[in-house]
Amino acid sequence: MSSKSLHVLFDDDDILLDAVKQIVKSKIYINEIYTPFPVHGLDKAMKLKPTNISIATFIYGCIGFTVAVMMMNYIMIVDWPQNIGGKPSFTLIENIPSFVPIIFEMTVFFAAHLMVITFYLKSKLWPFKNAENPHPSTTDDKFLIDMETGTNVAKTKTMLKKLGAISIDVINNDEDEK
Amino acid sequence: MYKDYKFSNQIKVLSISLTLIGLLGILYGFYAAPSTVEEAKEIVASMSHDSDYGGSGYGESDHGDSEYGYESSGYEYDHDKHVFNQLHNKPWAAIYVPALFFMMISLGVLAFYAIQRASQAGWSIVLYRIMEGITGYLFLGCLFVLIILGFSAFKFNHLFIWMDPEVVSHDEIIRNKIGYLNIPFFFIRSIIYIAGWVIYREITRRLSLQQDENNDISVHKKLFKFSAGFLVFFLVSESMMSWDWIMSIDPHWFSTLFGWYVFAGMFVSGITTIALITIYLKSKNYLEFVNNSHIHDLAKFMFGVSIFWAYLWFSQFMLIWYSNIPEEVTYFITRIEDYNFLFFGMVVLNLIFPLIVLMNSDFKKTNFIVILTGIVIIIGHYIDVYNMIMPSAVGDMWSFGPAEIGGFMFFLGIFLYVVFRAISKAPILAKGDPFIEESKTFQYYNLD
Repeated sequence: MSSKSLHVLFDDDDILLDAVKQIVKSKIYINEIYTPFPVHGLDKAMKLKPTNISIATFIYGCIGFTVAVMMMNYIMIVDWPQNIGGKPSFTLIENIPSFVPIIFEMTVFFAAHLMVITFYLKSKLWPFKNAENPHPSTTDDKFLIDMETGTNVAKTKTMLKKLGAISIDVINNDEDEK
Repeated sequence: MYKDYKFSNQIKVLSISLTLIGLLGILYGFYAAPSTVEEAKEIVASMSHDSDYGGSGYGESDHGDSEYGYESSGYEYDHDKHVFNQLHNKPWAAIYVPALFFMMISLGVLAFYAIQRASQAGWSIVLYRIMEGITGYLFLGCLFVLIILGFSAFKFNHLFIWMDPEVVSHDEIIRNKIGYLNIPFFFIRSIIYIAGWVIYREITRRLSLQQDENNDISVHKKLFKFSAGFLVFFLVSESMMSWDWIMSIDPHWFSTLFGWYVFAGMFVSGITTIALITIYLKSKNYLEFVNNSHIHDLAKFMFGVSIFWAYLWFSQFMLIWYSNIPEEVTYFITRIEDYNFLFFGMVVLNLIFPLIVLMNSDFKKTNFIVILTGIVIIIGHYIDVYNMIMPSAVGDMWSFGPAEIGGFMFFLGIFLYVVFRAISKAPILAKGDPFIEESKTFQYYNLD
């Protein structure tokens, strides 16, 4: 692995998207792209593998469903049956319609919250973490590609200039570590 | 440019034969219905031995105690006459259900179309001519419903008991509603709704065709204004239509979200019909500009509105179940006791099936799966309308006989004929719309 990498700055998401497609085509590895907003189609262009978070969310929803049913069964049937408006309170199945809103809400609650927490863990985000983005403008209006240099740095640079990069910095990773 | 749809002989033969076979079924239904109380007694006697008769079986159920207020309010209750009325109603209800169902598909599509116009949606423009084709049935569909209502008003049947002055005179609850539920006002209202919908449909169709000729932006603005105005009118008129044409069949019962519930049903069946016809035409090599992103969007709507429908179905059910007020809860008692399989089976077809099948993004763009789910949704919502009308019209005397199946085929045949003819009458692409390019190149970023 080369110890050098390039930080390439763009100022337009469409130009960025086209550039990424070209870079991938010329077989130069892209470490990461920092953008101020989600750019649609960027994951496809980078050839990232599709996320599995929807499957995880489905499983979290199922967990929430089960927890809600067990919770309502314990609270309203087993532990302390209450007579509310003369409604049956002796078996879960007789009383299920009044539990449906709770079951629904718990399913959504579990799915949504656990999904967000999973997303944070997967993206290595937690409170008090220092920002990783190498250029502050990527939180404003610039797009940055952190990529390998390729075999010929000068050639890569000319290609990137042609693709519409507004600035290219060569980063020496070994120096950073010292 | 693009190949315009030619009304194919295949559809013509199919729709005409459906109509004719359906007509035979309907005629048989009327022929088999009793014309006197004695005949009704005989039919009931032979039915109670018949094992494949649906429902809980005559004689076992003790219906009629609180179902109709007039029975307990001093009116001499004659059970045989009651059963005779139910059997006499049966063929009428059997044609009223599909007449209403197909009219509501058309109306649901009209609402969807107006929403697309008013929101100036980009993706759906390539489907405008299909939507306009489906709403082409609206006038005829409304006319059928109005004619059946007219037969009710002239006492050919006993579908709407509030139309019978004898019943009303013995029923205090209906008597208190007479300011709203009376025959002249009922028909004046009905004609106002129909006129509003049909006029909007004709105006937008004309403007849409006019837009093909010139790319005049003022036409686009006019379409926007008419659609936004129509949606206001539709919101009120659709709700009132559902009270008048559906809820008043049970004049003691009311539900405040019934209009929304009916709307959700017609909306999802309308969107499903758009998807089915689009995929059919695409399979016949028309609509080359429709890609799987458009299908994906329609399937998303089918998925979402199915859940919305179930939400309203459950909200209506749970509040009434929980409060347990006698005049409200009878509505669900008849449905759960006499229509148990249909009542809960419909929820499986309309919620569980689309929920599970259409959850996956890849399935939503697959034509075969959209067709399969679409057919399930259409059947489910037909049963939904059946469940709205039948329990009040025929009680536990329901079945799926020649009249019910024939009625469905009859209106399906007419619907297909009118819709495909209307699609063939106009260019297949609304090419004058200012956003047409956006629609043609529409690509959901997450699809290949």
